[in-house]
Amino acid sequence: MIKTADESILNAQIPDGPIESKWSNHKSNIKLVSPANKRKYTVIVVGTGLAGGAAAASLGELGYNVLNFCIQDTPRRAHSVAAQGGINAAKNYQNDGDSVWRLFYDTVKGGDFRAREANVYRLAELSANIIDQCAAQGVPFAREYGGTLANRSFGGAQVSRTFYARGQTGQQLLLGCYSSLMRQVDAGTVKMFPRREMLDLVVIDGRARGIVCRNLISGAIESYAADAVVLATGGYATAFFLSTNAVNSNATAIWRCHKKGALFANPCYTQIHPTCIPLAGESQSKLTLMSESLRNDGRVWVPKAKGDKRPPSQIPEDERDYYLERIYPAFGNLVPRDIASRAAKRMCDTGHGVGNTGYAVYLDFADAIKRLGVDTVRDRYGNLFDMYDEITGESPYKLPMRIYPAPHYTMGGLWVDYNLMSTIPGLHVLGEANFSDHGANRLGASALMQGLADGYFVIPYTLGHYLADSKVLNNKVTTDHPAFQESVRAITEQTKRLVGAKGKHTVREYHWKLGRILWDHVGMARNAKGLEQAIRDIRALREEFWKDVHVGGSDQEFNKNLEFAGRVADFMELGELMALDAWHRNESCGGHFREEYQTPEGEAKRDDQNFCYVGAWQWTDNASEPVLHKEDLEFDYVHLAQRSYK
Amino acid sequence: MKVKIKVWRQASANAKGAFKTYDVDGILPEMSLLETLDVLNEQLTKAGEDPVAFDSDCREGICGACGLMVDGMAHGPRRKCTSCELRMRHFGDGAMITVEPFRARAFPVVKDLVVDRSAFDRIIAAGGYTSVNAGSAPDANSILVPKDVAEKAMDSAACIGCGACVAACPNASASLFVGAKITQFSLLPQGQAERDRRALRMVAQMDKEGFGNCSNHAECEAACPKGISISNIANMRREYMHAGRVYEEHAGGGGAG
Repeated sequence: MIKTADESILNAQIPDGPIESKWSNHKSNIKLVSPANKRKYTVIVVGTGLAGGAAAASLGELGYNVLNFCIQDTPRRAHSVAAQGGINAAKNYQNDGDSVWRLFYDTVKGGDFRAREANVYRLAELSANIIDQCAAQGVPFAREYGGTLANRSFGGAQVSRTFYARGQTGQQLLLGCYSSLMRQVDAGTVKMFPRREMLDLVVIDGRARGIVCRNLISGAIESYAADAVVLATGGYATAFFLSTNAVNSNATAIWRCHKKGALFANPCYTQIHPTCIPLAGESQSKLTLMSESLRNDGRVWVPKAKGDKRPPSQIPEDERDYYLERIYPAFGNLVPRDIASRAAKRMCDTGHGVGNTGYAVYLDFADAIKRLGVDTVRDRYGNLFDMYDEITGESPYKLPMRIYPAPHYTMGGLWVDYNLMSTIPGLHVLGEANFSDHGANRLGASALMQGLADGYFVIPYTLGHYLADSKVLNNKVTTDHPAFQESVRAITEQTKRLVGAKGKHTVREYHWKLGRILWDHVGMARNAKGLEQAIRDIRALREEFWKDVHVGGSDQEFNKNLEFAGRVADFMELGELMALDAWHRNESCGGHFREEYQTPEGEAKRDDQNFCYVGAWQWTDNASEPVLHKEDLEFDYVHLAQRSYK
Repeated sequence: MKVKIKVWRQASANAKGAFKTYDVDGILPEMSLLETLDVLNEQLTKAGEDPVAFDSDCREGICGACGLMVDGMAHGPRRKCTSCELRMRHFGDGAMITVEPFRARAFPVVKDLVVDRSAFDRIIAAGGYTSVNAGSAPDANSILVPKDVAEKAMDSAACIGCGACVAACPNASASLFVGAKITQFSLLPQGQAERDRRALRMVAQMDKEGFGNCSNHAECEAACPKGISISNIANMRREYMHAGRVYEEHAGGGGAG
């Protein structure tokens, strides 16, 4: 049913040499742009989260002429702002045996052996520099009394390597990054374009040479030419409609690049976060995450008896099942996210769930409060407890929290080589928008690390190499080029078609339906039959969408329905690819759990013989017939083994 | 629940605006005010009317995008709560809820409830940073920051840039926003090198943007969803006065030739 390329076009460009010296050798060997020449290059950066903001600021510091775009009214609101728990770094400040090697090892294993070793090693290596950079920016990390940095342990790790700023680590790191970005705006190296949505990539002579975007206030379609394009527009978890992502998070930029030739890797690798506030009703717009750090002190349990509807306080200790501690004694409540999520689903599916819907488990702090005192618990989690109380009307100081898994992060994304360049020369992809470092499952506190590593410490080197090597400077293009005009024409046609659609159903209704299909069949557990159903359902829904959607308003004004319509149209295509990728991958790994492939204990069962590769899909002008290219993964340093957290 | 939403409608920056009242039915107490606006917008879209434009993104009180005057209060009647966190259980069944955009000369209306807060970005660009390029930072533990100092800096750094302080202030002053950023850096060793320049430049930019001055109403603190204290404003003034003195001394000293 799927088409596989006769010859894969993928070349990861992994440098030679032992893994410890690949990055430093590579940096010594790649080409440089001289300081005097940097200002002659224009670089477009799309997105202002940790990856995009860090890239724009750093490239500005180097002297490039940077144009930075975001959909929000200001770069400070990019969704990185919502990350709560922390950021990993192999500093070994705690003297507990951490090292670059261990962080590398944990990340490869945590990703269930589906990430590229060389990229992961570089990420672990750069992690320490990130903390230095952020501390120097004045990020108010948690400290010990003596003034040194504090750490905590985080899901899936046996060392304390997570740095944090209360429950607002993402916000503080982003504000640090934003401050560096604003400094460059003041210096004149970076020009900001807020409230712009990228709708197309312009490719000229096979190279990324600009973007076309919509001004979200005036509705004008605008063109921008450049010598390279850096995309850092985040993941696609909002395809599920209900997720922990911000309501405007979307996949449009990466999907439009995919349609221009960038291969999309591992779309089925989606992360369902174990600790979110359960769904309350149909008008709900999003799900709220409760930081994974809560699992450091909170104990997860369900009643041993099925359908036990007693309030938690009336269920005695010996009638509770602390199932994570029981099944995974070595890691207990700190097992990786995919494992914790599936365990919660299993408990609820077998009738042990709690709350009105039966789709929730308890996360209980009673023991922690007894052991540490209420003040210490408030100190660690106070803002999270307040948030939970505000939403549910229940105090976690008195009652256990009710939690359930929700879509949170997507490991898949545009395929990139070691230089973070996609299959379109000149188009670089950073952060969650690419596929590179987390394999089939991301460990907690690793997303912030990857975004900042890509932005502060990888792209400043590899982009320079591309610019010098490609000699794009000899071939400047302007927005008068016919490729821009063709792009503007196509975009205008699509927006006109959308606003002109006068059907019966709103965009939100379609998004909700698509989300339902994906959650039911391409969510925490998948099987071939369900995936085939999902593919049929999505195709039918997509057809109906174009016939029967109602957008309204005009394309020449601020029009939220139009923005959402374009995004949902893309999700309708991407959703099918997620299902197809999940269908073709006849194994379970990390966040991709196929019910047909599990161990007797119900854990993910990989098939390294047949699926130890990155599956990257090529668009073919027919959303249902993409072509698969494979990048074989080799594990020379961390040997393939079944993950065990027992 | 059934509620009436009286909302400010304004087609564009230069259009004349007016209040319009809508009935919204089928609201659950655990829904947020913004989800109620979502329901209203679905209703309007289906009726072929223009939906109410409002900014919103994370819907968990951290991005700072949403900012509404709810019943005359910035972010509504709940303390330490953003508009997106405001639940309908705090309003009675049948309640009339008045929703307006943040109003300040420096925050012009874009459409309906959406305002332009880019003045805040320009204030940060004037000095709300430490000048450290990527790659040049020393080891993080070489800069010791006592725990209580880090905690105080974090209290100031918690600002989400929503602009509620401006909207709540009778003078439309941005002093709490500016004071919080100046204070964060004035407390930390990393902020010392540019301490004086920062205070002078950020305050000058705030004035240039057309924000009013502070006259100690303390409405900003009451409206701030992150509970940022007006002591940040007192600190901003100390920093500003100190910076002014230092710069005068420097000016008198002459250049290094």
